Amino acid sequence: MRKVAVIGVGMTKFGLLFERDLSSMAVEAGSLAINDAGIEKKDVEVLYGGTMSGGLFSNQEHTGSLLADRMGLNVPSVRVEAACASGGLALRQGYIDIASGMHDIAVVGGVEKMTDTLNTTKVLATAADVEREAVFGATFPGLYAMMAKLHMHRYGTTEVQMADVSVKNHANAVHNKSAHFQKEISVDDVMRSQKIADPLKILDASPISDGAAALVLASEEKARELCDTPVWIAGSGHATDTISLHDREDITTLKATVAAAKQAYGQAHLTSKDIDVAEVHDCFTIAELMAIEDLGFVKKGASGKFTSEGNTKVGGKIPINPSGGLKAKGHPIGASGVAQAIEAVLQLRGDAGKRNTGAHTALTHNVGGSGGTAIVHIFKR
Amino acid sequence: MAIPRIWRQIEEKYNLVGTLCKDCKKKHFPPREVCSCGCYDLEKYRFLGKGEIVTYTVIRISSEDNEDTPFRNIPYVLAIVRLDEGPSLTAQIVQCSESELMIGKKVEMVFRKLLEKGEKGVIQYGYKFRIA
Amino acid sequence: MVGIISWGSYIPRYRIKVEEIAKAQGADAVVIKESLMISEKSFPDIDEDTATMAVEAGRITLSSSAISPEDISAIYIGSESHPYAVKPTGTIVAQALGMGNGYTCADLQFACKGGTAAIQVAYYMAKAGLNVVAGAADTAQSAPGDILEYTAAAGAAMFLVGKEKVCAEIKDTVSFSSDTPDFWRKPQKKYPSHAGSFTGEPSYFRHVMSAAKMLMKKNGTVPKDYDYAVFHQPNGKFPSRVAKKLGFTEKQISDGMLVTRIGNTYSAASLLGLCAVLDIAKPGQRILLTSYGSGAGSDSFDILITENIIAAQKSRKTTQSFIEDKVYGDYLKYLKRAVR
Repeated sequence: MRKVAVIGVGMTKFGLLFERDLSSMAVEAGSLAINDAGIEKKDVEVLYGGTMSGGLFSNQEHTGSLLADRMGLNVPSVRVEAACASGGLALRQGYIDIASGMHDIAVVGGVEKMTDTLNTTKVLATAADVEREAVFGATFPGLYAMMAKLHMHRYGTTEVQMADVSVKNHANAVHNKSAHFQKEISVDDVMRSQKIADPLKILDASPISDGAAALVLASEEKARELCDTPVWIAGSGHATDTISLHDREDITTLKATVAAAKQAYGQAHLTSKDIDVAEVHDCFTIAELMAIEDLGFVKKGASGKFTSEGNTKVGGKIPINPSGGLKAKGHPIGASGVAQAIEAVLQLRGDAGKRNTGAHTALTHNVGGSGGTAIVHIFKR
Repeated sequence: MAIPRIWRQIEEKYNLVGTLCKDCKKKHFPPREVCSCGCYDLEKYRFLGKGEIVTYTVIRISSEDNEDTPFRNIPYVLAIVRLDEGPSLTAQIVQCSESELMIGKKVEMVFRKLLEKGEKGVIQYGYKFRIA
Repeated sequence: MVGIISWGSYIPRYRIKVEEIAKAQGADAVVIKESLMISEKSFPDIDEDTATMAVEAGRITLSSSAISPEDISAIYIGSESHPYAVKPTGTIVAQALGMGNGYTCADLQFACKGGTAAIQVAYYMAKAGLNVVAGAADTAQSAPGDILEYTAAAGAAMFLVGKEKVCAEIKDTVSFSSDTPDFWRKPQKKYPSHAGSFTGEPSYFRHVMSAAKMLMKKNGTVPKDYDYAVFHQPNGKFPSRVAKKLGFTEKQISDGMLVTRIGNTYSAASLLGLCAVLDIAKPGQRILLTSYGSGAGSDSFDILITENIIAAQKSRKTTQSFIEDKVYGDYLKYLKRAVR
């Protein structure tokens, strides 16, 4: 396999972008990434676009063709879907393509237009087992709430510890102009916010956002030719688990995360101790706590205390979600996995402004559904 | 949900009919085509409908829907139930007060309305659970 | 011998007190309680209907019997709240009871006596050697503000009728019917209409008394030959008065008189009373059961308990346990869940 680098990044602002449609956001992110890479549009040989459900959100399928058309590119264009991990999986598929030698330059992106429907929660629930979970009233907050309930029961994790995740991610997003929210919140704000599915409250949850994010990937030869600051993909992992939460051996662990991390660490010849900064899938605060356990940053059950002690803040032992995470940066489903990679690249280039952690090694972690898919990537300067 | 889709799930939803692997004797719910042991030789198996709560939540905001109308009021209780025979499932726990809810609590299946396709549409029936 | 092999009841857990409804109607609860002789009624949850309640009662019935569900040849359910106007309740219930596909079925409607009509059909089929599931379920509807709102309740009673291991022999059954429009509901209308006091003498009393007298005359019995008497119970007053007029004592009717605590479960009302009696009856005891359905008719049954009742009563979920297992709801909860 050939080495692959990220040579350009671009994203729209995340948020309630009522004036934008699916393709206009994708084109903006893609064009910004192409500009950032300093290449021409004609240099792009293939597109990979992650989007969960153009069909249900916007009544538009065939987004591979649509986005290639709107970009003005008649190249192979692949739509990638793995629910909330669609973006992370698009990155992985693009990586595999370049690494294989099939193409030299790819644009991988992710996009979601979530605010064109009133049925957002129902659309998201299709990432669960529709016939065995959603039909009985399982919503995504409900599924993660059930994980939280058991995590609290088993490990003594508290609602305040979960709130600390939200407070930290909001504080980080204040310095991210692309973020959906640039507003600090307090533990009290979280605790007093509306309950959605006990014990989770509205401020434990990532928002419904529109947005797009894109990367330019290049083979080693092209990267060295075109770019002074390539960021190398050192490891890539992809694992699946049961689609239904109830079929898992352990509801407080995402086995897919553990397995995908093992692949990525193995490929990169690194362990969790070597990671300087991570963007993890915090669709709900409990998800970040479970992620930092499953990725090996802290032992199982200890994530709440670890977080409340400030270890995951920028400047802490292992900064988690310096971008603001899904919680505060926003969570346009298909775009999230790609936006995580953008933060990793900015951190490694030292382009993250006040969020800079001086990292040499960064990890991204993107989850589909309640853990049916997990994608982990490791990036190096 | 389309009519044939409701119809073909009647056995599963009314009577917790899953599968039993003739090889390793593992029981599955919902029914599967292939067992985790690799065996394709599965037969129908009807679960008794008794189990216990593994974890639960009280849902206070649910999805809006203009097609299928679910028969439930906010707030409602959702739980993962481990059946006595092994497999787990996700289901609503009906008619319980929040103080009765506990991890490990014994529950039993009841037969309830799940949803209807609008006022004119057919009614889908199926399993829910109550505190035993 | 033909009769009841097994039985099962179901009453939803929710109750609403007369006081709550009186408050909503701006009425005096004390007066209402005196005139209807009822203190509270059951009401169904939002996801319960005639089919779900019949399944719950039917599952108790079949799980307490040695007869395989696949050996049952027919199912008849009487109700005035079948979930569909066109499409049988019976097939939903049969499917959930695991009766396979080799059965016949049709839904019955005769106001509050659809259930006893179902038992009569089952009785005659059982004479031909078939096992039949028959019974009643209702989520009784009443317009907000109507006097019926104090009594219209929900419940189900199901029976397995046949020839094997009969617990309660049906010795005879007769009916008394006439065209008497005292209570009705037209298609597309949500709530029933009624003729006020006309539902009394020319309707309930005439039919119940005529059927009960006809049965006793035919079988050469008198009220004191019966250990229990169960009558249709639209409120607490009617069955007490009809019992007295016929010569039955309070003691004979008290065990089958559920209306004061659960309300009028329409088609299931007299049959739930029968279930409550079967839960406690002893071999050799005799029951007179008379239903009433508006429009109008009464079915009367002469029932004799056999030795098999002793084994059948063991570990069965009783009607009394359903009556006692209750959660009170206020008027708003009642409106949100039960009024449809």
